[in-house]
Amino acid sequence: MKKINIKKTTRSDFITYIGVIIAFVVINTMLNGGMLTRSFSGMLVPICCFIVMAVSLNFTVGILGELSLGHAGFVSIGGFSGVIASQSLATVIESEPVRLLVALVIGALCAAFAGLLVGIPVLRLRGDYLAIVTLAFGEIIKELIKCLYVGIDKKGVRFIFNATGKLTAENLKLDETGEVIINGALGATRTDTISTFTAGFILIMITLIIVLNLTRSRSGRAIMALRDNRIAAESVGINVTKYKLMAFVTSAALAGAAGALYGLNFSGLDSSTFDINMSIEILLMVVFGGLGSIRGSIIAAAIIKLLPEMLRFLESYRMLIYAVILIIVMIATNNPTAKNLIEKIIPKRKKKGAEIDE
Amino acid sequence: MEFFSHLISGISLGSVYAIIALGYTMVYGIAKMLNFAHGDVIMVGGYISLLAMTSLGLPTWAAILLAMVVCTILGVIIEGLAYKPLRSAPSLAVLITAIGVSYFLQNAALLVWGANPKAYTPIIKGSVPHLNISYTSLLTICVCIVIMIALTLFTNKSKMGKAMRACSEDKPAAQLMGINVNRTISLTFAIGSALAAIAGVLLCSFSPVLAPTTGSMPGIKAFTAAVFGGIGSIPGAFLGGIFIGIIESLAKAYISTQLANSVVFAVLIIVLLVRPAGLLGKYVPEKV
Repeated sequence: MKKINIKKTTRSDFITYIGVIIAFVVINTMLNGGMLTRSFSGMLVPICCFIVMAVSLNFTVGILGELSLGHAGFVSIGGFSGVIASQSLATVIESEPVRLLVALVIGALCAAFAGLLVGIPVLRLRGDYLAIVTLAFGEIIKELIKCLYVGIDKKGVRFIFNATGKLTAENLKLDETGEVIINGALGATRTDTISTFTAGFILIMITLIIVLNLTRSRSGRAIMALRDNRIAAESVGINVTKYKLMAFVTSAALAGAAGALYGLNFSGLDSSTFDINMSIEILLMVVFGGLGSIRGSIIAAAIIKLLPEMLRFLESYRMLIYAVILIIVMIATNNPTAKNLIEKIIPKRKKKGAEIDE
Repeated sequence: MEFFSHLISGISLGSVYAIIALGYTMVYGIAKMLNFAHGDVIMVGGYISLLAMTSLGLPTWAAILLAMVVCTILGVIIEGLAYKPLRSAPSLAVLITAIGVSYFLQNAALLVWGANPKAYTPIIKGSVPHLNISYTSLLTICVCIVIMIALTLFTNKSKMGKAMRACSEDKPAAQLMGINVNRTISLTFAIGSALAAIAGVLLCSFSPVLAPTTGSMPGIKAFTAAVFGGIGSIPGAFLGGIFIGIIESLAKAYISTQLANSVVFAVLIIVLLVRPAGLLGKYVPEKV
């Protein structure tokens, strides 16, 4: 009998896909059976969004090897453009799933465009300098959106940009059928919440298909070669700018789609949600799950979003304990003495060859 | 005249950023890590000095001294417990640990001092007659210049300063020359945290409200200032801080209050695109 020979990476990818599908089926059955608490079922869509954000950031940080501290900026662009698209198409497209799809695509395209604009100048920098510039872009995007007023009436969608701080939603000059979509610093205030858990699951699957296939492709290998040794990669003819931009823009587009899903999950959306702390939280998921490990990012994103909920019994000490857990985990996984100690207690499985989950 | 007063308030705000940025840049220069918790040490400094003045009734100078001592001890403890075990770890792991420490300090402050912002009494009141320049501004600028001179003398002339420079240049070589690398790093953290306490007092005298998140935004801006001037360089941090302060103050006055931070960050991006290692940073070509 001939043994079926599957590549190790393919098998690893299939485990990831199947794991996500099983998790979805289990949670969905529990949801339909009414076995979940209200607060937990309310967190399902945000968790899906954060999983997509973490996987997409892992593509920049783990696969491309560039530290980005401005991922929330792309999420924010995707979120607000998705909200604008969904609200302004409300009368044109009746079906909610179709409208959600259109909003996600528009969110992804807008974020990809922003990624391209940011990426061209920024990817020339390296290391911590790149990190600080992405941080700066994230903050700039946050402030620019705070100055934006968008409204819709019979004649179409209207934008004004409130640079002086003197304009209000009145200046949109909407007629009586008009509706304000984004109200300056207050953000989006009356969005139809059309996001669903199923949509979140489909978005995760699409993200996984894109990221995993891209990583295993020729382009993905070129991107990883850039991460491991830029100079060597360049000397064998890999186009640095092209591949860096490819990775950066893909990551931004996926973040934008996640943002659109996130934005359409809440009736109100404020651009200060998408600040440096959110970028850091996403980065936390990536590092927690392991750089370059897509499966790790998914698990870490779910755990980090659920951990504060699980620690709720600690009441006001909750976030304090959360911080302590964070520090202890980082030390336990990175300190040589602690690592040896852990290996003594839990002997490592013997590995057949070097399995690299990248 | 209006421009002049905006400029002075910019320079004094910049002086606060410069003092914070000095802490960032020294730690980065020697430990090659971004100490995200630095901003929160500032907040702790602010609270300690406030408590010393209101609850203990200490005179201002004693309150500042107490804040400096507490922050120095805090800095050394943080370094010893959280960062020292990760000396050889990848820089991202250290970065995440620093973020963890930052969360810890913020939430500890939330538990101890509550979420409501506290009113802070400026250490000196009043302003220069006819000029609309507060004494706090002038004091801040003076303090910053004194610190700058003292720090430059310390790193260039003293034995410990030389050890610090040696460590930031090449740690293994410094160790072979008999320099105690761990102690030097602890000392750097101690100095940085003491500076953070001073910065905390000055910052709160500027905008007299104190909350557990007070330190984070000035921390990020000071970090920007350190990068702007070339991270790792002490004169660079000073220059970067002053620049960022002036840009922010003028942008607030003449462009838009809402977009002041955006203007600051946009200038930073443009400067980094032209000079990828900051204003005074050394550009090190890669050897193959």
